[in-house]
Amino acid sequence: MTVTEIGRARTRKEDARLVTGQTSWTDNIQLPGLLHIAFLRSPMAHARITSVDVSAARGAPGVIAAFSGADFAAEQGSLPCAWPVTPDIIIPAHPPMATDEVRYVGEIVACVVARNKYAAADALELIDVDYEPLPAVLDMEAALAEGSPKVHEAGNKSFVWPLVNGDMDAAFRDAPVVIERTYRQQRLIPSAMEPRATVCEPVGDEFTLWSATQIPHVLRFLLAAVLGIPEQKLRVVAPDVGGGFGSKLQVTAEEFLTVLIARKLGRPVKWTESRSEGNLAVHHGRDQIQRIKIAADRDGRLRGLSVDLLADMGAYLMLVTPGVPLLGAFMYNAIYKMDALSFKCTGVFTTKVPTDAYRGAGRPEATFAIEHAMDDLAAELGMDPLELRKRNWITHEEFPYTTIAGLTYDSGNYEAATAKAVELFGYDELRREQASRRASGDPVQLGIGISTYTEMCGLAPSRLLGQLAYGAGGWEHASIRMLPTGKVEVVTGSSAHGQGHETAWSQIVADQLGVAFEDIRVLHGDTAISPKGMDTYGSRSLAVGGIAVVGACEKVIAKAKVIAAGLLEVSADDLEWTPGRWQVRGDPEQGRSIAEISLATFAAHNLPDGVEPSLDSDAAYDPNNFSYPHGTHLCAVEVDTETGQVSIRSYVAVDDVGVVVNPLIVEGQLHGGIAQGIAQALYEEAAYDADGNLLTTTLADYLVPSAADLPTYVLDRTETPATSNPLGVKGVGEAGAIASTPAVVGAVIDALRPLGVTDVEMPCTSQRVWRAINEAKGGAR
Amino acid sequence: MTKVSMTIDGVRYDDDVEPRMLLVHYLREVAGRTGTPIGCDTSNCGACTVLLNGMSAKSCSVLAVQADGAEITTIQGLADGEWHPLQRAFHEEHALQCGYCTPGMIMAAADLLRENPHPTEHEVREGLEGNLCRCTGYQNIVRAVLRAASEGVAS
Repeated sequence: MTVTEIGRARTRKEDARLVTGQTSWTDNIQLPGLLHIAFLRSPMAHARITSVDVSAARGAPGVIAAFSGADFAAEQGSLPCAWPVTPDIIIPAHPPMATDEVRYVGEIVACVVARNKYAAADALELIDVDYEPLPAVLDMEAALAEGSPKVHEAGNKSFVWPLVNGDMDAAFRDAPVVIERTYRQQRLIPSAMEPRATVCEPVGDEFTLWSATQIPHVLRFLLAAVLGIPEQKLRVVAPDVGGGFGSKLQVTAEEFLTVLIARKLGRPVKWTESRSEGNLAVHHGRDQIQRIKIAADRDGRLRGLSVDLLADMGAYLMLVTPGVPLLGAFMYNAIYKMDALSFKCTGVFTTKVPTDAYRGAGRPEATFAIEHAMDDLAAELGMDPLELRKRNWITHEEFPYTTIAGLTYDSGNYEAATAKAVELFGYDELRREQASRRASGDPVQLGIGISTYTEMCGLAPSRLLGQLAYGAGGWEHASIRMLPTGKVEVVTGSSAHGQGHETAWSQIVADQLGVAFEDIRVLHGDTAISPKGMDTYGSRSLAVGGIAVVGACEKVIAKAKVIAAGLLEVSADDLEWTPGRWQVRGDPEQGRSIAEISLATFAAHNLPDGVEPSLDSDAAYDPNNFSYPHGTHLCAVEVDTETGQVSIRSYVAVDDVGVVVNPLIVEGQLHGGIAQGIAQALYEEAAYDADGNLLTTTLADYLVPSAADLPTYVLDRTETPATSNPLGVKGVGEAGAIASTPAVVGAVIDALRPLGVTDVEMPCTSQRVWRAINEAKGGAR
Repeated sequence: MTKVSMTIDGVRYDDDVEPRMLLVHYLREVAGRTGTPIGCDTSNCGACTVLLNGMSAKSCSVLAVQADGAEITTIQGLADGEWHPLQRAFHEEHALQCGYCTPGMIMAAADLLRENPHPTEHEVREGLEGNLCRCTGYQNIVRAVLRAASEGVAS
C-alpha cells in the first residue's frame, strides 16, 4: 500500500451532521431542571458602581436567583492574562462580575437565573444599579497624554515592549530615501456565526462545563487554577463550535460565572448570548496605530525599518491581549532583507471592549503596514511596486534564512509564487489598461494591489514561547486507540471548530497505519476523552497537532512489530513495515495486518513475554520552529472617482502552504480568510461614539459582508515543503486573512495615486474614498 | 398562553405558548428541533431560515402564534430518505466549514431555486444576500447552489 490519502480532496466527515441539522451546539443542550442565566451589562463606558439592588428581580415570576458582583467577590478571582509580555506590565484586576467600577459598555454587573430565558430577560429589567459616571477614555494618543483621565489607578500605559536588531543609526544616517507613514488598524468584531453559549452541570462537587470555545483544555486548567476547583473534578466540553477566528480563544467572564452560579445553586445552568450582547462582550480585534519609518537606497534596497506601535488593549488584559502585537513584531520585515529593524509597542488602556486574538493576531496588522509601506516607497522612487519587492525579497537559494527579526525561515520560494500569480492575474495587461484609463481620464480608475506576504504560524516552540513570557507551551498531544476490529480512534488535543480535523487527521492516520479512511474516527474537544491538549489557534493544528498524530501512529507501528514478530515466530529484525502490515522481509506472504495484530492484542493469548496487551499510544510534539506559509495575492479594483465606490474586479491568490493534506479544505480556508481580509479592507469597523457607546452592536450596523459583497477568488498554489516537520506542512488557517487586506487597500490607493491620494483609512467605504479624492483635490473633507 | 398547532417536518405539534415566543425558540425549545440555529437578533444573518408554507422565512422574525396552522420545513425535514440535492451539493463542494450558517443557507437556497430554478452566479449571490457565512467566503456556497440547480433540484 502506498501513500494515497495525503493530497486527496476528500469531502468532509463532519458534514453529515452539519448538513442535516443533527449538530450538538452548546445551545442545543437540554438537561433536567436546566436554569437560564441572563447578564445585566453596564450601559456606561466608565463609572463607579454605588449600589446594585437585585431584590425586585429575585421576587419576579420564574426567577430562582439574582446576584450582583458582591455575591461573587470572595470567590470569583480575576480573569487570567496568560501573556505578561514585560516584567513591569500592568495587569489590572479583572473580576468576572464588576464589583466597584465598570470600564466598558457591556461589562457584567449583575445576573438573573430563571426557569426560562424569557423570565430571566424580564427580571433583568428589575435590577437597579446606581452609577457615578467617570470620564470615558477612548483615544489612545489622548490616553497617553499627561493629565488624561485614568482607566485604571495604575495608569493607561500597560507596557512598552521593544525589539531592536541591527544598527538603526547606520541604516538611517545619510539614507538617500526615508519615508514616514502612519497607518490605522481599525477595531474589528470577529463575528463567528455561532454566538457564545455555556452550560454547567454540577454533580456533587464535580462540574461539567460545555462551552462554545476553541480551547477546552486551556479553559479547564485556568478555571481550576483561578477558582480552586480541583482540576480532576472539572470536565470541559467543546461540542460542535460554530466558528471562532480567535474570538473563542478566550477564558471569559461568562464561563467563570456559569460555573460559579452552578456551584452556588447546585443546579444546572445555561447561558446563551445574543448577537447584540456578543458585540458588546466578545473581545474585539486589531485596533492599532502604526507609525512606520523606512530607510532605503535610491535603487530601492531597504536599509532599515522602524515601527512604533500603539495597541489598544481595551479596558482589561484578557488571555493573550498584550501578546497579539508581539506576534506581529517579528513579521514587519516580512519577506524582505534589511540591515536593521526596530519595533516598539505600547499597550494602552481605554474604556472599550478588550481586544485579543482575531484571525491572524498581529500578523495581518504587520503585513498590512509593510506592504503598504513598500507601495508608498515604490511610489516615492517611481518604481513598479512588484519590482521593489523583487529587489528586496529573500531568494529561494537563500533558505534557510535568518531574518533581521531573528526568525529562521526554513523554506519558501517567493519568485515562483509571484511568477504564477502575475501570469494568472494578467499583471502586465492590467497595468496597460490602467495606463490607458489614466491617460483618458476615465472617471472609473483601475487599481492594482500587491501582497507578497509571509507569516509565522504553527504556534509554537515551547522554549521560544517561554522566552516571550507566554504562560503555556506550544506542544500538542495525540493518541491512537486500536480497536479489536481493527478500526481506529484518534484522539487529538486540537479542538476543531470548522477546520475539518476529523477528515484531515483521518487522512494522515490512513497513510501512516495503512488503514482505510472510513475505518478511522477522530475524537476531540472533551477533556474527559482528550485529556491533554493546547487546542486550536494560530494555524497550529496541522503543523503541530498533525505531527503529534504522526508520532502516535509511529508508536503503534513499533508496538505492533514486537507482537507481529511473536505471532509469526520470527525475529523482529526480519520484519519490514508496509503500510497496514508487518511482513517477513523476502517472504511477504508471511505477515500480519495491523487489524490482525490488534485483534491478537485484544485476545492476548499468545503475546511475547513482557509485552503489554495494547497497541494504543500517546504522543506529544513540540515544534522546533514556526512554519512560514507565504504567497502572492494580487487584486484589481475599479474605483468610481465620482462616487468613491470600490468594486473588486479580480482577485488572484497563489499560496504556498507546504504539503497539502486536503486541497478542498485548504482552498476553503483560503477563501474564508481572504473574505475576512477583504471585509477589513472595505466593510467592517467597530465604531464608538464620544461617550464610549459601541455603535455597531448588531449585524445591521457591523457590516459582515454577504455573498453579494464579495468577488470570486482565483486560487493556485506552489508547494515548498516545510523542512521543520516530517509532513512538510505549514498551516493555512490565517494566511488568507493576513494576505488580502493590503492587496485590496493597495489596489484602492493605486487607483487614486495619480489624483494625489496616498492613503485611505480602512474600511475603504465609498464615503472615505470620496473624501480622500476630494481632499487630494484641495476640497473639504 | 395561546394555543398553536403546526406541522413541523411532517409531524403535527399542539402546544400552549406565550404570545411573544419567537418561532425559532418554539422550534428549538418546545418542539426540540435544534437543527435550526440562531445567529443574531436583528434578522440579518439568516441562520434560522426555515420554509414556512413552502416559502423561506427567518424564524427569528416570526412569532410562534403567527405560524399557527402552518407547515414548517426545517433542515431536519429536508432529506427525504436520502439527502436533498442541496445537502449533497454543499457536502461535495465543501460549502460549509463550521456549519452554523448551513441550515439557513440551504433552506434559503431551496427557496431561491424554487423561484428561479436556473440562476446565474450573480443571481445566486444576490439571492443569498440575507444569509451570512463567516467561514467560506461564499465561493463554494455559490458553487454548491449552482450545482444543485444544474441537477434540477427544483423539479
